[in-house]
Amino acid sequence: MKIAVLIKQTPDTAELPKVSADEVSSGSVQATMVINPWDEFAAEEAIDLADRFDGDSVAISMGEGGSTDALKHALAMGVGSAVLIEGDDSAADDWSTAAVLAAALKEQGSFDLVLTGKQSVDGNSGSIFVGLARTLGYPLLVNVSKIVNVEDGSVTVERLVDGGQELVVCPLPAVISVAKEINDPRYPSFMGIRKASKADIPTISAAGLGVTASSTVSWTNIRKPQIQSTETQIIEGGSVEEKAAKLADALLAEKVI
Amino acid sequence: MSVLVWVEQSGGEAISSCWETMGKAREVANELGTSLVALVIGADTAAVAAEAQTYGADSVLTATDPVLADYRLSAYVEVLKSAVSEAGATVVLTSGTIRGRELSAAAACDLGAGIAPDAIELGVDGEKLTATRSIYSGNILTDVIFNTDIQFASARPRAFSMPEAGAANGSVSELAVNISEADIPEKVVSIEASDSGEVSLTDANIICSGGRGVAQDPEAGFALVADLAKVLGAAVGASRAAVDAGFIPYKNQVGQTGKTVSPDLYIASGISGAIQHLAGMGTSKIIVAINKDGDAPIFDRAHYGVVEDLFEMLPALTAEFQKRLG
Repeated sequence: MKIAVLIKQTPDTAELPKVSADEVSSGSVQATMVINPWDEFAAEEAIDLADRFDGDSVAISMGEGGSTDALKHALAMGVGSAVLIEGDDSAADDWSTAAVLAAALKEQGSFDLVLTGKQSVDGNSGSIFVGLARTLGYPLLVNVSKIVNVEDGSVTVERLVDGGQELVVCPLPAVISVAKEINDPRYPSFMGIRKASKADIPTISAAGLGVTASSTVSWTNIRKPQIQSTETQIIEGGSVEEKAAKLADALLAEKVI
Repeated sequence: MSVLVWVEQSGGEAISSCWETMGKAREVANELGTSLVALVIGADTAAVAAEAQTYGADSVLTATDPVLADYRLSAYVEVLKSAVSEAGATVVLTSGTIRGRELSAAAACDLGAGIAPDAIELGVDGEKLTATRSIYSGNILTDVIFNTDIQFASARPRAFSMPEAGAANGSVSELAVNISEADIPEKVVSIEASDSGEVSLTDANIICSGGRGVAQDPEAGFALVADLAKVLGAAVGASRAAVDAGFIPYKNQVGQTGKTVSPDLYIASGISGAIQHLAGMGTSKIIVAINKDGDAPIFDRAHYGVVEDLFEMLPALTAEFQKRLG
């Protein structure tokens, strides 16, 4: 079984609050770039599936030349190999990125499963894997919390939906986005890190894949959200009961209960 | 030209955030001077279609077929595309539920159309839809300009207010569906509803959350949070610190790497107010902070603050509301 896992390099979540509107507008975010945290769950699942079903896992990322830290993290975790698609995805829209990824996956051979995280912590669109599945013509299973089985050319999963969960079977190849509930991503081992740091990550050129870039949407008026200044009223009182009564009065007067 | 809204149903009932989307869609349709068309898909569509007529739709398209009983992307996307064509839709909206986001993205991709996922504002500029999105996990906002004739967006639940239902309006017509079971690769084996009575975080009017402040006795602490939530008909939330410590499952997490919520009332108990948490709940209408540390940053963003230990304050507050709300 061949498993591809899509990896994006994104700002460290601890530094996201410091990202400025100018940095986003100019496309040069200064934050420390790491593996998109949602993608760690996909990488963990790829490693686990490769073990369970005697398969090969490949991490694939798109980014500028040299942006291999996230891929190296995936390798250090235990993903079998990695490929970087060199290209600038900032000017293009999600459908272009999805088309480039689809073309690259086809070029890399036939995969049975393509795993992704639920979205990136920077773009937040959650649309790339949808576009990828549509472009490849593969069925898509989103928000998967457990891969129950892979056999006889089909995959059985549990997926979380609003208000419950479903058990779904679908034929391979398929695209699966994973939920955080699916596993606990391992920390890379010392040996894993050492091996990954020495790994030679092959690159393919996005431009060479023959995908015509589209620009179906553009971003404008990029800004920091305005933080409403709030007047804080501290509820005082001689006992918790008195404070509770005062707070209840206030909230009922606000008509939010 | 028209504005088309997919009204999602689950177990024979409409997902309520779809009516919020309908309310906003009505405004968009008015500004564009076009009609508003609702789309209901399922094995049974009559009840939700009738309800859609009371939420401002000029007409309702139904796609009624046993093969559409369960939501399955590969079937629903074909129906949505047929509806876009039938209605001559230039603006296509869904609620930003898991399925709404997936379905709108799939149809937009197939049609080569632009999409604004999880939009927090929608408007009109000239003949085109405009949208505002929250990116960088709540830390940046951007407006979205569409460069395509058909424009898609999914609307974040609770970003738009719930419209009042009015008198039923317009016609209902059936969309011809030509999908057989053999065309659909996904097979739903079973569906399990989550605990009944549990209020979903993203739809909740009121959320009671707990954080690291419960650490001395996490189980008892979250039981107190849940007691208050029960009296208020609220959902239970949590900070990342509480989730990472294993006090409560991830599905309850509010914040940058959890759920983004915008309830009328958010009661944060024992939550310090890290910026990552504020990114997920900062747009709540009224924020109440209960924390024994009076210097906790959450007090800077709260409308009401109580400097008390949650283990003492929450039982008192629950008892008070029990008395008031009977």
